[in-house]
Amino acid sequence: MTRTRPVGRAPRYRPTLWSPGGRLPRLLHPVAWWIWALSLGVAASRTTNPLLLLMILAVLGVVVALRRGDAPWARGYRYYLFMALAVIVIRVVFRIIFESGVTPGDFILFRLPRVPMPSWYAGIQIGGPVSSEAVLSAALDGARLACLLCCIGAANTLANPKRALRVLPSALYELGVAVTVALSVAPQLVDSVQRVRRARRLRGGGNRGLRALRAVAVPVLHDALERSLLLAASMDARGYGRTGTATRASRRLTAVLLLTGMAGLSVGAYALLDAGAPAGLGLGGFAAGAVACVAGLALGGRRVSRTHYRPDPWRWPEWVVTACGLVSAVGLCVSAGYNAAVLNPSVYPLHWPSLPLVPAIAILSAALAAVVAPSPPAPATHAEVEPQRHTVVRDLAGAAR
Amino acid sequence: MIRFDRVGVTYDGSESPALRDVSLRIEEGELCLVIGHTGSGKSTLLGAVNGLVPHFTGGTLSGRVVAAGRDTALYKPRELADVVGVVGQDPLSGFVTDTVEEELAYTMEQLAIPSAAMRARLEETLDLLGIADLRHRALRTLSGGQQQRVAIGSALTAHPRILVLDEPTSALDPTSAEDVLAAITRLVHDLGVTVVLAEHRLERVSPYADRVIYLAGDGTVAQGRPDDILGAAEIRPPVVELGKLAGWEPLPLSVRDARRAAVRLRQQLPGTPPLPCRPTRTGQASPAVVAASGVVVRYGPLVAVRAASLTLHGGECTALMGRNGSGKSSLLWALQGTGGRAAGTVSVGTAGTDPARLPPARARQLVGLVPQTPADLLYLDTVEAELDQADRDVSSNRPAGIAEPARDILDRIAPGMPADAHPRDLSAGQQLALVLAIQLTAAPAAILLDEPTRGLDYQAKAGLIRILDQLAARGHAVVVATHDVEFVTRACDRVVVMAEGEIVTDGPATRVLTASPTFAPQIAKILAPLPYLTEAQVAAGMDRVAVS
Repeated sequence: MTRTRPVGRAPRYRPTLWSPGGRLPRLLHPVAWWIWALSLGVAASRTTNPLLLLMILAVLGVVVALRRGDAPWARGYRYYLFMALAVIVIRVVFRIIFESGVTPGDFILFRLPRVPMPSWYAGIQIGGPVSSEAVLSAALDGARLACLLCCIGAANTLANPKRALRVLPSALYELGVAVTVALSVAPQLVDSVQRVRRARRLRGGGNRGLRALRAVAVPVLHDALERSLLLAASMDARGYGRTGTATRASRRLTAVLLLTGMAGLSVGAYALLDAGAPAGLGLGGFAAGAVACVAGLALGGRRVSRTHYRPDPWRWPEWVVTACGLVSAVGLCVSAGYNAAVLNPSVYPLHWPSLPLVPAIAILSAALAAVVAPSPPAPATHAEVEPQRHTVVRDLAGAAR
Repeated sequence: MIRFDRVGVTYDGSESPALRDVSLRIEEGELCLVIGHTGSGKSTLLGAVNGLVPHFTGGTLSGRVVAAGRDTALYKPRELADVVGVVGQDPLSGFVTDTVEEELAYTMEQLAIPSAAMRARLEETLDLLGIADLRHRALRTLSGGQQQRVAIGSALTAHPRILVLDEPTSALDPTSAEDVLAAITRLVHDLGVTVVLAEHRLERVSPYADRVIYLAGDGTVAQGRPDDILGAAEIRPPVVELGKLAGWEPLPLSVRDARRAAVRLRQQLPGTPPLPCRPTRTGQASPAVVAASGVVVRYGPLVAVRAASLTLHGGECTALMGRNGSGKSSLLWALQGTGGRAAGTVSVGTAGTDPARLPPARARQLVGLVPQTPADLLYLDTVEAELDQADRDVSSNRPAGIAEPARDILDRIAPGMPADAHPRDLSAGQQLALVLAIQLTAAPAAILLDEPTRGLDYQAKAGLIRILDQLAARGHAVVVATHDVEFVTRACDRVVVMAEGEIVTDGPATRVLTASPTFAPQIAKILAPLPYLTEAQVAAGMDRVAVS
């Protein structure tokens, strides 16, 4: 991914795939978590069977509970759960308010008073009968979306977002830097606003009104501008962008390749996820997009020479986690060994959905990640063990002197 | 190692050059100290070493600058990153990442150093600077001294042969500053790194310097051995002042050398100084202006001020000292009424009003506070507009109208400030004077200043001392939170020392400052056990000796 210029040859220990220590407490490679979570997302998008969706949620819950770290981003999973719940509720409420999906012969739960709409606006009706079938199908649709949301949430919770950014191909390095800088500058901006607001009271000013806004905004913006200039100078002095010697033509070609690649990937992904689209469009678009992207990234990455501090290793637990995620996606995409109709059970007539064996096993296999992935490093041990270790180092250094 | 060949720098839009015809050589392994007033071109000189001037700042550079054999005309700053490391004044704004380890690795990543070598270097650097126990900490949670050491470390991991530091200790308390300077001297002595260092507080660094570059202020430069340059320059640390006064040869630069040279002087000088260290005020029966008792300030579980009691008198200038985080600022803000106060009472004036119970516009008429970053209060385009606004703020909130317009106050305390200048373009000292004038328009009985000496050079500090004397003479009670012992010696009558939120010492400046050797001004250290604090006292004492 990045080419390194050899600067002296030090004898070095290269951990191999099967070297011991793969399961010592550490953070799993963020890409492994993302593949795993996105695969489960693909699986979820294929089904509205409530039993399968519940299983996916359970798998996500178990893995997140067992394998998340102690960092701020790792504590955010419940917000995704709240969001998921909100998605279901909104979906059902809309279905109730805008009468739709009610067919003759439905079991009518209750009737809302109908709001008369003008004749030119006849497409949408507000109020009217609400049937159990309509509500249920809305809830199941919502549950599928909610499940997808939880998959993304799980990936964000399990993988350190900053380390995930570092995995970006070097052609996209600048993007990663921008995000990192934004992440570290945002709290400084908050501090600065608080400081200026407090100082403003010293001049006898209130904190409301247009003048107060100016009195706070001007010093804060001045501060931010000054700081960004200092940061830019510091980055320049520390070698940022050292070998940006791409020609204009190659930069343009990179941009074109990446844009078309992204477009291809989006079309392909959409077609793959939408069961109604022709399979050829999905696979073809996906493949073409991937090729264009890889070419663009390779071209863009050629000019960059940079290394990573402590790159995340990719060892067998990463392979297993990725594989068991993919199994669940494949299990629900390739309808082999079961009737594809059970994935999307009809609500007409209302009946208890059946649990197909193959998809259920495929989804459960994703739970293997909770066991295979190494446990995250305990934060307390950093604080307790590190100083001791280093006093030892320092003592040794002192003794040697 | 560094060569300047007839270098001149002119910034766009300025008539006079920032540097003119500068030629100098800095040899390998030297610690080179750059001194000069604010605006004399120190930062320009330092920036020219790695090409930030003019590649980043703009402007025109004539002549040649060669650093470690590379001409900065041909190499951009980023291409010099492997030979020149740069550390700025405010470490936090130069940080790219947010944890110590990643910050230390950043430069190496840019230089494409293989990861195995990177890890080894990082561990060495952590130990070299004594920051190993901080490796996983977030940069924002570190103290100023720790941040500055991380910034130095992140420049060092690239194994540069030159390290450029622009006032690395100006924002630090004395202990953190000592840590940083100790780290820098270790680099020079153990690793042979060439260090170019700009610093206002000469007394801290002059003992370590091998060479001094003095910027006179007109763009020209004098360079040479520290004793030669410091003896002739306008700005010099107290130890050099004393050495010149006593006629010592060679001029001592450290307290140790000066003490050895001062054996005879200590025997000759009278046991009590013939002068007090500050002129005593006549009519000492000044009333208590602010009486605070049992003040408690807490932020959640953290107790910043623990039941502090303090009485401030009119006409008295009090120094509030103590290490960073000892509760100085919290106490000042609580006294002013804007900051939180969990318990205790503050009463101002004969009426015993509590400023915290008043709206902000009324509270500032009792107690005025100048915060640590005075520029936070400035938001208009010209000095004139700020002064007018200050008058309007006061007259709309005070039935009696303004006692004295802001413009008059400013002319009294800092004459000659241009009315049409943008407040952000003023120097730190001028900004301070402007904010002080704005706060004085409300005619508060007490005026509090939070770390006003930060970033001020010798001239600006002398100006501030004049202003504070004036305020005290007019009957204001003045409190200055500061770390600067030399400043306190000249400016303050009383010293209050805080530690962990409690007031530890409270007494006359002369007594507190001579009580402990670590906390004393340089002259007191040299002449201890004699209670002399300033050169003026020593000069008077020597006159007495000569007469008798």
